[in-house]
Amino acid sequence: MDCRQGKLRLQKWYVPLSDKEKKKITRELVQTVLARKPKMCSFLEWRDLKIVYKRYASLYFCCAIEDQDNELITLEIIHRYVELLDKYFGSVCELDIIFNFEKAYFILDEFLLGGEAQETSKKNVLKAIEQADLLQEVRPALTGKAVIIIINILAYFHFIFLHK
Amino acid sequence: MPAVSKGDGMRGLAVFISDIRNCKSKEAEIKRINKELANIRSKFKGDKALDGYSKKKYVCKLLFIFLLGHDIDFGHMEAVNLLSSNKYTEKQIGYLFISVLVNSNSELIRLINNAIKNDLSSRNPTFMCLALHCIANVGSREMAEAFASEIPRILVAGDTMDSVKQSAALCLLRLYKTSPDLVLMGEWTSRVVHLLNDQHMGVVTAAISLITCLSQKNPDEFKTCVSLAVSRLSRIVSSASTDLQDYTYYFVPAPWLSCKLLRLLQCYPPPEDGAVKGRLVECLETILNKAQEPPKSKKVQHSNAKNAILFEAISLIIHYDSEPNLLVRACNQLGQFLQHRETNLRYLALESMCTLASSEFSHEAVKTHIETVINALKTERDVSVRQRAADLLYAMCDRSNAKQIVAEMLSYLETADYSIREEMVLKVAILAEKYAVDYSWYVDTILNLIRIAGDYVSEEVWYRVIQIVINRDDVQGYAAKTVFEALQAPACHENMVKVGGYILGEFGNLIAGDPRSSPLVQFNLLHSKFHLCSVPTRALLLSAYIKFINLFPETKATIQEVLRCDSQIRNSDVELQQRAVEYLKLSSIASTDVLATVLEEMPPFPERESSILAKLKKKKGPGAVSVTELEDSKRESSELNGAGERGPDPSVMAASNASTPSPSADLLGIRSAAPVSTAPASAGSLLVDVFSEAGPAASSGAVNDDGFLRFVCKNNGVLFENQLLQIGIKSEYRQNLGRMYLFYGNKTSVQFASFTTTVSCPGELQTHILGIVEPLVEGGAQIQQVLNIECLTDFSDAPLLNIKFRYGGALQNLTLKLPVTINKFFQLTEMASQDFFQRWKQLSQPQQEAQKIFKANHSMDTEVIKAKLLGLGMALLDNVDPNPENYVCAGVIQTKSQQVGCLLRLEPNAQAQMYRLTLRCSKDSVSKRLCELLAQQF
Repeated sequence: MDCRQGKLRLQKWYVPLSDKEKKKITRELVQTVLARKPKMCSFLEWRDLKIVYKRYASLYFCCAIEDQDNELITLEIIHRYVELLDKYFGSVCELDIIFNFEKAYFILDEFLLGGEAQETSKKNVLKAIEQADLLQEVRPALTGKAVIIIINILAYFHFIFLHK
Repeated sequence: MPAVSKGDGMRGLAVFISDIRNCKSKEAEIKRINKELANIRSKFKGDKALDGYSKKKYVCKLLFIFLLGHDIDFGHMEAVNLLSSNKYTEKQIGYLFISVLVNSNSELIRLINNAIKNDLSSRNPTFMCLALHCIANVGSREMAEAFASEIPRILVAGDTMDSVKQSAALCLLRLYKTSPDLVLMGEWTSRVVHLLNDQHMGVVTAAISLITCLSQKNPDEFKTCVSLAVSRLSRIVSSASTDLQDYTYYFVPAPWLSCKLLRLLQCYPPPEDGAVKGRLVECLETILNKAQEPPKSKKVQHSNAKNAILFEAISLIIHYDSEPNLLVRACNQLGQFLQHRETNLRYLALESMCTLASSEFSHEAVKTHIETVINALKTERDVSVRQRAADLLYAMCDRSNAKQIVAEMLSYLETADYSIREEMVLKVAILAEKYAVDYSWYVDTILNLIRIAGDYVSEEVWYRVIQIVINRDDVQGYAAKTVFEALQAPACHENMVKVGGYILGEFGNLIAGDPRSSPLVQFNLLHSKFHLCSVPTRALLLSAYIKFINLFPETKATIQEVLRCDSQIRNSDVELQQRAVEYLKLSSIASTDVLATVLEEMPPFPERESSILAKLKKKKGPGAVSVTELEDSKRESSELNGAGERGPDPSVMAASNASTPSPSADLLGIRSAAPVSTAPASAGSLLVDVFSEAGPAASSGAVNDDGFLRFVCKNNGVLFENQLLQIGIKSEYRQNLGRMYLFYGNKTSVQFASFTTTVSCPGELQTHILGIVEPLVEGGAQIQQVLNIECLTDFSDAPLLNIKFRYGGALQNLTLKLPVTINKFFQLTEMASQDFFQRWKQLSQPQQEAQKIFKANHSMDTEVIKAKLLGLGMALLDNVDPNPENYVCAGVIQTKSQQVGCLLRLEPNAQAQMYRLTLRCSKDSVSKRLCELLAQQF
C-alpha cells in the first residue's frame, strides 16, 4: 500500500473553533479514519460525536454528527455530494477538487447550509451552480434557482481528505 | 492540469496549484508559497489599482494557501472589496474567503455586514443567497445582532423566491443556535410552521430543520407542527416511488425529508388527537412493512435510504414507548439486521436495540437475541461493532441471564481492545454486584476481573468488593479462601495483593484452621509480594500485619521482626516508616485487650450508591447510563449527618498530614467516631469524590435559628431542618477553593416535585454547581448536590441558596445563607513568639486592627475555646502570649487575587464572663469581617 499520509482537500466547519483546535481535530481524525480497514463499519464514536465516513477511490469523505443524528442518511449525504461533484465535473477525480476547490465549496454550500444538509434534488443544486457559471459577467440573473436541501443532519463539520 | 475547467478558469491560479503539486519537498513548497505571498502582497500594495479579476485571483490563491495549512494575515480587505463587486463570481470568491477565514476584527465585520445588507436588499435572489450563505457559515454574534430580525421577514415574505427561503430558514437556524437570545419569536413563528405545507419540497426540507430546533426549545408555541408533520409524512410514505420526481432517491421517496419529519415528531409526546395518532401509527406500520418488501434496487444507496427512514421510525417508536405492538415489531426487525451481511446495519441494530432493552414492553423480546449478540461479541472484526455488542449485553442483562452475560464479558475481556477495557471492567463489576444471588459468585467474578485485567481495575472496583465482603458475613470465609488461593499464583496483580491483604487482615482467621493456610503461611504468602509492591500497597500490607498480630498472637514475633528491620523502620517513605514505628510500638506495649479493641474487625459500611456506578456514569456522561440503573442513585436519608461511606483503604485512613495533626488521627486504619483530618492531597480528589469522609459527625442535629453562624468554626452538619426537609452540608477547603456537598433529605413520605435549587453569590466568590438535582425527590429519599467554590478576593456576604419545590401542590420556597465565610480559606501559619510580636507590630495602622469586647455566650472552658479556634482554621500558637490565659492564632487567607495575613488575640476574663477579641490583618476589611464573625462564637 502507498504511504498513508492524509492530505486534507476540503474542510467545512459548522461550529466556531479556533484554527488550532481545527488542526488538532483534523489530525486526530485523519489518523483514526485512515487506520480503519476496508469492510469495517462506516461509523465510529469519536469524542461526543459520531463520525460517518466513506471512501471513494483515493478520497475519504467524513462527516461528524451528533449522537441523535441518523448515520445512514448521513452516509447518503456524502454519496449525494459525490454525485453532485461527479455530475458537475463530469466523472470527478481528485484533481478536479484540487484545482477547482472553490467550486467544490460552492456546490457544498448549495447542498448543505449551516450544518443542516441542504437541497436533496440533484437537479436543483446543479441548476444553481451552473447558473452561477453563466453569470460570469454582469448579467443580473432572474432565473429561479432552486437550491439547497438539507437533511436531517446536524453535520458539525464535514470534510474530505485523501492520502496520496 | 484540471481535467475540467468549467465556468471561469483562473489560469494564474491553476499554474500556481500545479507548481505547488510539483514541489518535491516541504521546503520547496514553503519557498514557493513565500514567493507567491510576497508577490500578492506587492500587488495589493502597488499604486496601480487592481481590476476585479486580479483581485479575485489573488484572493483565491490566498485561500488556497490557507487551506494548505499556512497562516494568512492579509488580503481580508481585498476580499471585502470583492463583496461589493457586481460580478457574481467575484462576489462569490469574496464571500468564500470571508466564510473560510472568519476574522473577529470588528472594523472588518462592520464592512462585511454592510455588504451583506446591500445584497440582502438587492432583490437579486442569487446575491441574496450568497449573503445568507455567508451569514450561515460565519454565524457570529455580530452578524446575529445585525440580521436576526431581518431574516425572519425574508423567510415568510410572500414574494421571496423558494431558493432564498431555503437559505433563509437555515441561516436563521444557525443564528438561533449561536445566539438564541437575539432571535425573537413573533408573528413569523406561526407562519414558519406552515412552511411544512409548502409545495416546494426543498423549502419543506430546509424549514423543518429550523422548526425542529425551535420546537425543542419552545414546544408549546410550535405544537401545531405535529399534525402538519404527520400529514406530510403520510403523503410521502404512501406515494409511489416516482411521484416526487427529483426528490426520490434511488426509488425511495424523499428520504431526507422523511427522516427529518420523524425526527421532529420525536420532540413531542404521541399525538393526543385520535385521528392524527391513527394516521401516524399507520405510517409507522407502512415503514415497517416496506422493510420486508423485496428491494427495488440492488444499490446500497437504495437500502441505506430505506433503512435510514426505518431506523428513524424505530427511534420514534422507542421515544413514544407506548405501543407494545410496534415495539416488538421493531425489535424483530432489528433482530433480522443483527445477522445482516452489511456491517453498518449490524452496528446500527445493536445500537438501537440497546435503547429497546430499557423499555418494559420490549425487554423480553430483546433478550431472545442473546446468542446472536454474544456471537457478535466474539466474531465481529470491527472493534466499534464489538463495543456495541458489549453495550447491548449490558443493557439486556437481568437476573435471568446475568451469569451467562458476565461470563461472556469476562472471556471477551481477555482479548478486548485496550481502549474499552476499563469500561468493560466497570460494567462487569456492576452487573456482578447487581445480579449476585450468591456472593461467592460475585467474589469469584471480581477476582477474575483482577486476574484478567488487573491494570484496568480501578480503585472503585476493589474498594467495592471489600465493602461487600465486610458487610456480608456469609461470604467472608469464602472470600478469604479464594484470595488466599489467588495469591498463590507466582505473578499476581498488585490489586490482587491489595484485596488479599485487606481480606486476610480482616478474615484470615476464618481459614487459619487448615494447616495449608495457617497464620504463618498466610503471612509469608503476603510478605512474599511485599517487595514488589508500590508504597500505598505496602502501607496497606503493614496494616494487615498488625491485624495479624491481633488475630494470631503466634505470628507476633515474626511480624515484629519484619517491622523492626531497617527497611521498614528506617524507610525513606514517611508513611511507611511511621506505620512501622507505630505498629511496632503498639504491638509491644498494648495489652491484648487494648489490641483487640483497637484492631477490631471493620464495622459494616453503610449501603449507598455503588461508587463504581458513579464512576461509569461519570465516564459516559449523563444520560449514557441506561434507565434501569438510575433507580439506585438516590440514597437513604439515614445517611445524613455525615455518616457517609468510608473508604476501606487503610493507607488513606491512616494518612496523617504533618501540617494538620488531628488530635486523634487513627493510625490503624480503623475509623472510630473521632474526626480525622482530610485525606492527603494526592489521594484527596478521587477519594473525596468517591467516598465522602466519615468526618466529624454533625452535631446532635439540634436546630438553631441561625444555621449560618454555627458553621463558622465547623464544616459539616445539618444546616437546616423543618418538618419537610433536612439539609445537611459537608464541606472542605483547600487554598482558595472549596467544595460543598449539600444533602437534601425529604423527611416526608410524599414526593417533592419540581425541586430546584439555585445559588447566588457575591461577586467576590464564584460558585459552580456540579450536576443538576433531579426534579423529583421521593418520599424518604435524599439527594446530593455538589458545589464548587472559588474565593476571588475577600468578601463579607455569604452566598444564598434558594430552594423551591412542590409539596402536595403547595409551592415551598426557602432561602438560606450558605455558611461560606472568609475564614474557610485560612491556611495555618506556625510561628514563634518573637515573630508573632514582630508581625503584630508591623500591622499597627489603626484601620488594620479590629477589636471587640463582648459578653460570653457559651461555656468558657479552655478545651471548648481551643476547639473553636482550631475550627476557625488558624494555627493556635502556644507559648506566645505572656499571659497563659490568652489565646493567639495566626493564619493566611488565600484568595485568588491575594493573600491576607491575619493575627488574632483572644483574652478571656472568666470573672467578668467577658472576652476581648483583637484582630490584625494586612487588609482592613478582613479584620472587620473576622471580628464580626468571631464575636458571636464564644
